[in-house]
Amino acid sequence: MTARYALRFGALGYLAFLLLVPVGLVFYRTFEHGLHPAWAAVTNPQAQHALWLTLLIAAIAVPANTVFGVVLAIALVRHRFPGRGLVNAVVDLPLALSPVVVGLALYLLYGTGGWLGGLSQHGIKILFALPGMTLATIFVSLPFVVREVVPVLREIGTDQEQAAETLGAAPFTTFRRITLPAIRWAVGYGVVLTTARAIGEFGAVSVVSGRIEGKTETLPLYVQSQFEGFNTTGAFAASVVLALIALATVLCMRMFRPKEAR
Amino acid sequence: MRRIWLTLCLFLAAGGIAVGAQGASAKTTLSLVAYSTPKDAYAKIIPAFQGSAAGKDVSFNQSYGASGDQARAVAAGLSADVVALSLAPDVSTLVKKGVVPSSWTRNRYHGMVTDSVVVFVVRDGNPKKIHTWADLTRSGVQVITPNPFTSGGARWNVMAAYGAERAQGKTDKQAIDYLKKLFKNVPVLPKSAREATQVFASGKGDVLLTYENEAIYANKKGVHTEYVLPKQTILIENPVALTKSGLKHPEAKAFLKFLWSAKAQKLFGDTGYRPVVKSVARSAKYRFKQPKTLFKINSKALGLRGWKSVQFRFFNHDSGVMVKVIGR
Amino acid sequence: MAASSALAVSRPGAVLGRAGGGLARGIALGYLSLIVLVPLAALIWSSRAQGLGTFWDEVAKAEAASALKLTLVAALLVAAFNAVTGTAIAWVLVRDSFRGKGIVNAVIDLPFALPTIVAGLVLLQLYGPQSPFGVNLAFQRTGLVLALLFVTLPFVVRAVQPVLLELDREMEEAAESLGARRLAVFRRIVFPNLLPAILSGVALAFARAVGEFGAVVLISGNVPFKTEVSSVYISGQIESDNPAGAAAVSVVLLLISLGVLLLIGVFRHWRTRHDR
Repeated sequence: MTARYALRFGALGYLAFLLLVPVGLVFYRTFEHGLHPAWAAVTNPQAQHALWLTLLIAAIAVPANTVFGVVLAIALVRHRFPGRGLVNAVVDLPLALSPVVVGLALYLLYGTGGWLGGLSQHGIKILFALPGMTLATIFVSLPFVVREVVPVLREIGTDQEQAAETLGAAPFTTFRRITLPAIRWAVGYGVVLTTARAIGEFGAVSVVSGRIEGKTETLPLYVQSQFEGFNTTGAFAASVVLALIALATVLCMRMFRPKEAR
Repeated sequence: MRRIWLTLCLFLAAGGIAVGAQGASAKTTLSLVAYSTPKDAYAKIIPAFQGSAAGKDVSFNQSYGASGDQARAVAAGLSADVVALSLAPDVSTLVKKGVVPSSWTRNRYHGMVTDSVVVFVVRDGNPKKIHTWADLTRSGVQVITPNPFTSGGARWNVMAAYGAERAQGKTDKQAIDYLKKLFKNVPVLPKSAREATQVFASGKGDVLLTYENEAIYANKKGVHTEYVLPKQTILIENPVALTKSGLKHPEAKAFLKFLWSAKAQKLFGDTGYRPVVKSVARSAKYRFKQPKTLFKINSKALGLRGWKSVQFRFFNHDSGVMVKVIGR
Repeated sequence: MAASSALAVSRPGAVLGRAGGGLARGIALGYLSLIVLVPLAALIWSSRAQGLGTFWDEVAKAEAASALKLTLVAALLVAAFNAVTGTAIAWVLVRDSFRGKGIVNAVIDLPFALPTIVAGLVLLQLYGPQSPFGVNLAFQRTGLVLALLFVTLPFVVRAVQPVLLELDREMEEAAESLGARRLAVFRRIVFPNLLPAILSGVALAFARAVGEFGAVVLISGNVPFKTEVSSVYISGQIESDNPAGAAAVSVVLLLISLGVLLLIGVFRHWRTRHDR
C-alpha cells in the first residue's frame, strides 16, 4: 500500500513540478498587474494581426494536411507500390526532424540561388511571406492525420468496401458512405493534433518568416519579440492566449482519443 | 456527448478565425529591415516622417532582428527598401549579393546614421567596482556579451576590448591573450545584443558589454543599472542604406534624407544614440561624455585596419582569432 | 471508431485500389514530394555542394562536433529518464485511482499542445535567475535537460498507457497468488510486455529531444562547447551566413531522425509479433 502511495505522489509531484507550476506561472505573471494591461497587450493591432496570421496559416495547413493525410493513408494501406516503405518513413520524418532543419531546407530551396529561388523574380514570393510560412507549417504538421488514420483503415479491412463495390457503388460513393464514417474519429483526432502543432510552430517558421511586424509575425514569434523588447506583460499575455488554445486542444484531444486510452 | 464537444471545438476554432485583420491603406509602402536595438527610435522617427510633407501617405513594413541575420534574410529575398544594420560589413554582404549598390557610402556621412560607444553596464551602485577593462578579467566577475559570430554588437565589443588593450600600449599578442582571459569570464553567449540585455536584466552576470544606447534603453525599461564609460573605447558607427528597389522609390530617398535631418537625429539622441549631424551633436542636450581615448575600427596605430581585414582576421568561421578565443 | 472494428484482415487491391488507386497514389506522392522531399533534397544538395570534404570539415569542426555530442548525450539522458518516469506515470494513470485522475490524464498532452517558445519562456521565468524558488538552472546543462524533459513528457506515457490497459491481469494475479513478490511480478510479467511500447516511446522522445529548438533557445544560453545544442548551432550558422555549415549539421540530424524512425519501425514490428 505504501508503495502505491509513494508511486502516486512521486508521479503527481513530478507532473506538478514540470507542468502545473510553469503553466500556472504564465497566468500569474500575465494578470499580476490586473486584467487591464493584459487585455491591452493582446488587443493592440500587432498582437491581433499575429493571432490572425497564426489562425490563417492553421486554417490553410490543417485542411490541406487532412485531405492529403487521408489520401496518403489510403494509398499506404490499400495499395502495394514500389517505394511504399520509403513513403511510410518519409511521412513520419517531420515527427523526428528538428524544425530548424525544416526551416533551413525551405530557405535553401526558395532563397536566392536555390533551385526555386527564381520564382521571386517572377513576382511569386514564397520565402518571408505567407506561402513559405504555410509550407513550413504544413511540413511539421504533416504526419498526424496519416498516423491516426492508418491503423484504423488497417483494422476495418476491405470487406465492406468490396461489398459496396459489388453492389455497383462508384469508388467515391464507397469512400463517402463506407470508409469515411469508419475513420471519422481518427481523422478528428488527427485534425486536433495537426492544429496544435500548426498553431505552436516556432523553429521552422522563425527561419522563413523575416519577422515583418504586422505582416509575417505569428503569435509565437510575437511572444519572442515582445519578450526581447522588455514587454513582459505583452509576451505573457500572448502566451496565455496560446496556452488557452493549447488547453482547448487538449480537451478536444480527450474527446477524440480512442476510448480505452481515456 | 461527443457531438457536443465536437460542436464546441468547431465553435472555438471559428471564433478564433473570426478575429479580424488590420489593414492599412496608404499609397506607398516601404520596407525597413533593421537590427534589433533602434526599434524604439524608429517607432518615433517613422511617425515623425509620416507627419512631414514627404512622408504623407507612406506606410512602413518593419522587421527587426540580429544584424547579420537580417542581412542574410535580405540577401535571400526578404523585401527591403531601407536597411539599417549594426555594422558596415553586413551592408557589404548585401553589396556583394547585388542588393545594395556599392555607392551607398557616397554621402556626407559615409552612410553612417548613428554613432555610439561600447560601455560597461553594471548593477546598481557598481558593487563589483568595475571601472577599467582590466577589471573585467578579474576572477569572480561574470561578463555578458552576445556571440560575436551572430551579433553585430558583439563584434563591436570584441574590437573595443582589443583596441583598448592596444591603446594601453599592449602588443597584438597581449591583446589577444586579454580576449582569451575576458571570454573565460563569459558564462552566456546570447544571439543578439538585445537578447544579452534581456539575460543581464534577468539577473545574470556582473557586467554587460553593450552599446551605450542599449544601456540607456535598459534603464528606460526599468532595468536598474548604471553604466561606466571606460577610458578607452571604440566609436560605433551604424550604417543605413537604400537597396536597389528602394532607389526606385522617391519616398525611400526622402526617408533616408529625413534620417539625417535635425528632427530625426534628435529622436535618435532621445533614445540614446549619439547623433552624427554636427549641429545636433553640439547642442547641450545631446552632448555625450567623451572617453579619454576614442578609437575607430580603422585606427591603424592600434592595428585596426577597417572592417574588411578585422572580419577576416577575427571573425572568420574556420580560422578566425575568435574561434580559438571562444573555443576553450 | 470502435464501432466498425469487427472486420479484420486487410487485403490489398480493394475498391479504392483499382479505380481511384493510381490517382490517389499520384496525388499523395506529389504532395509528399512538394512538401517534404524537394526541400530535403535541396538541403542535402547544399550540404555537399562544395564537395564531400567540406561537408566533413563542417561536421567535424570543434564547435559543431561538441554541439552534436551534447545534443546526443542530453537526448539520451532525457530519453532514459522518461523511460522510468513515463512508465511510472502511465502505471499510476492506469492502475491507481484517485480524485482528479481525469484532469491529470488530460494535462499530460499539454507539453505537446503548448507552443515551444512559450514553454521556454515559462521555464526561464521559473527556474532562471528570477526564480521564485531561488533555483537557478538557466544557462546551464541542467536547464537544458529540464526544458527537454518538459517537451518530451507525453511520449512514453502515451505509448505505454494503451498497452498497460490491454494487459491481462490474470497472469499477474495468478503469480501473486503463488506467492511471487510484486516487484518480481512486475519484472517478470508486466515489464516484458511493456518493453516494446516503452522503447518506441523512448525513441520518439529521443528524436524530439535531438531536434528541439524553441524550448531550449532561451534557457540554454547558447554557450559554445557548454550549452549549445545542434539545433541552436544550426540556427546560429544560418544567422551568421554560413549555410553550408548549417546544412551539413542538418543532414547529420536528418540521418539521426531516419535512424530513430527505423528503430521505431523495428519496435512496432516486435510488438505486433509479441501480440500473437
